[in-house]
Amino acid sequence: MGEEEGLHQTPFLDTMFVRGLKRKCFDGEEDIEGTLAGIKAIPSYNLQRQSLLDMSLVKLQLCHMLVEPNLCRSVLIANTVRQIQEEMTQDGTWQMINTQSTGQASLDRLVSTDILCRSSRDQAEGKHVPAYGTFNKDFENDQAQDSSDTMSTASAVQAPRNLQSSVWEMENPQENKGNFQKSLDQIFETLENKSPNSVEDLFSEVDNSYYDLDTMLTGMMSNTKMGHCDSLETFSSSTNTASNSNCKSDLNDLDHIVEILVES
Amino acid sequence: MEEDAETRKISSSFLRDHSYATEAADIISTVEFNHTGELLATGDKGGRVVIFQREQEVKSKNQPHRRGEYNVYSTFQSHEPEFDYLKSLEIEEKINKIRWLPQQNAAYFLLSTNDKTVKLWKVSERDKRPEGYNLKDEDGRLRDPSMITVLRVPVLRPMDLMVEATPRRVFANAHTYHINSISVNSDYETYMSADDLRINLWNFEITNQSFNIVDIKPANMEELTEVITAAEFHPHHCNTFVYSSSKGTIRLCDMRTAALCDRHAKFFEEPEDPSNRSFFSEIISSISDVKFSHSGRYIMTRDYLTVKVWDLNMENRPIETYQVHDYLRSKLCSLYENDCIFDKFECVWNGSDSVIMTGSYNNFFRMFDRNTKRDVTLEASRENSKPRAILKPRKVCVGGKRRKDEISVDSLDFSKKILHTAWHPSENIIAVAATNNLYIFQDKVN
Repeated sequence: MGEEEGLHQTPFLDTMFVRGLKRKCFDGEEDIEGTLAGIKAIPSYNLQRQSLLDMSLVKLQLCHMLVEPNLCRSVLIANTVRQIQEEMTQDGTWQMINTQSTGQASLDRLVSTDILCRSSRDQAEGKHVPAYGTFNKDFENDQAQDSSDTMSTASAVQAPRNLQSSVWEMENPQENKGNFQKSLDQIFETLENKSPNSVEDLFSEVDNSYYDLDTMLTGMMSNTKMGHCDSLETFSSSTNTASNSNCKSDLNDLDHIVEILVES
Repeated sequence: MEEDAETRKISSSFLRDHSYATEAADIISTVEFNHTGELLATGDKGGRVVIFQREQEVKSKNQPHRRGEYNVYSTFQSHEPEFDYLKSLEIEEKINKIRWLPQQNAAYFLLSTNDKTVKLWKVSERDKRPEGYNLKDEDGRLRDPSMITVLRVPVLRPMDLMVEATPRRVFANAHTYHINSISVNSDYETYMSADDLRINLWNFEITNQSFNIVDIKPANMEELTEVITAAEFHPHHCNTFVYSSSKGTIRLCDMRTAALCDRHAKFFEEPEDPSNRSFFSEIISSISDVKFSHSGRYIMTRDYLTVKVWDLNMENRPIETYQVHDYLRSKLCSLYENDCIFDKFECVWNGSDSVIMTGSYNNFFRMFDRNTKRDVTLEASRENSKPRAILKPRKVCVGGKRRKDEISVDSLDFSKKILHTAWHPSENIIAVAATNNLYIFQDKVN
């Protein structure tokens, strides 16, 4: 990740994150406008905190395609994200950013962030990532439930970056679950202010995700809720059920293999 | 070292040099002396183990007293890359840890592990071979029995020394997560392997079963906030072990209390310093290595910026804290961005537990004398030290005016990190792994 580049990446942030960084407390009497004014008057702290949050989310999103991600590192980054989220919730800045950017808190209009990311990534790569059909009912049900959560969180994070132009409406909630880490979706769920305890979703089934069919196909974590993965654990390293085909390049071929595994 | 820093004399001999471009597979991932210090094992990212042996000291009037140098003794491929078809992920062949078993016969035994599988290797010498078989000739071809008229007794004749390594046990399929530690028990019958969430106890003779002795995996993985980072058995008490966590805590467990040691006997944690609190506080408190002292009285832990010595009898704070590279405290955000903040440095005791050593960046490594409270920064690099040269102490300039020999924080090379070091069990000989090079330093004898 550019270790060789030394410490010249974020001198601005470094000076901001000097030891003893304390959360700036707003006075209790301030209302929303006052908070807004307060935010604008002290942009640096929130800016740096937001940068750290964005950086952390990117870190969790990036993963080695071939090797399992380092669990310790993921846990530490997730805890950092959680810490930032809690502080932003206490600050009330999370709420503020939410309303500030979109003008309405309607969940329906908002789009999943991984759609955003996929679109920008696809534009960079110049290819269209094929969506693959879901392969069990649980998965589909979860998508329907999670889609609203995912959509709502997307706006809050996306807004500062102003990525509206690259967004398209999410038609099929199942399509976007394919190629991205579950943790990213979970993270965005946690950032949703509606459910303050959803931060625990951050690592829902992170263990099972290793055996998750999504993971198996894509090499990344996905957010399929597990009911069947405990049985899959018995398969670990005991049989080679999948073929040697390149999972990442052709997802459709593995569908029927997946179905075989799911049914067992 | 017992002498103070100024009079410390260290000579260097430089081994395992790769003068061509750095190959990723050659990156050394673990270094370990055996119990006598005669052998030094290294493991690398390519799954290879290289064992060095100290040559016998030559005492003669003609040449000055020369300390034994380490030469390559054996090289073998311990682990191969594997592909987990179910998860569609590669299993790295990188050797995470090597631990020697105490020597009980002429052969040497060591444990080596990658992320998933532990192997017991037997390294033995062969310097004789039998000659004079009846049924086969010297090339191994079978002789025609009808042509044999005389019977002879095979005799052992000397041959060139051959060192062979054979895998004697393979302990597989017991870890869902990545193995970070292995530790041989003082009973010499069992050992433990620790991954991110579980610790298993093995018997050397049994490969298809292991006991799970620690399991911190939450029932609901959404609640996962802490992982195991290192574990080690007590050097003398075969029932006691410690494990460290990503939250900066150490738990000491007694296996006599329960089969599953989820309840700790002792819990070591230092209260957080509120003035140093930042978003990175938890990350830099994560313990990357834990080591018992040879005496068994103390444990040493390494987190990102410090090394701490704990007395087993006092749980609420360490008895000593040493700053390894506190000048990085103001750079934590950059180090977080380039992932250096997740580097796992190891730490080692010297034989008498009076000096502790750990690595840093820019190929620097640090030694702290616990008695004199002196510390020194040394560099492991070819450019700055010729063989037999005395290492010069280095200094990092934090701010303001930089003196001639000092290096400024912004000039440090963060790709050159010394994560793995080892100290000879009884002498002042240290092994330092700098990426793909191994440095061995010895005290200079006048």
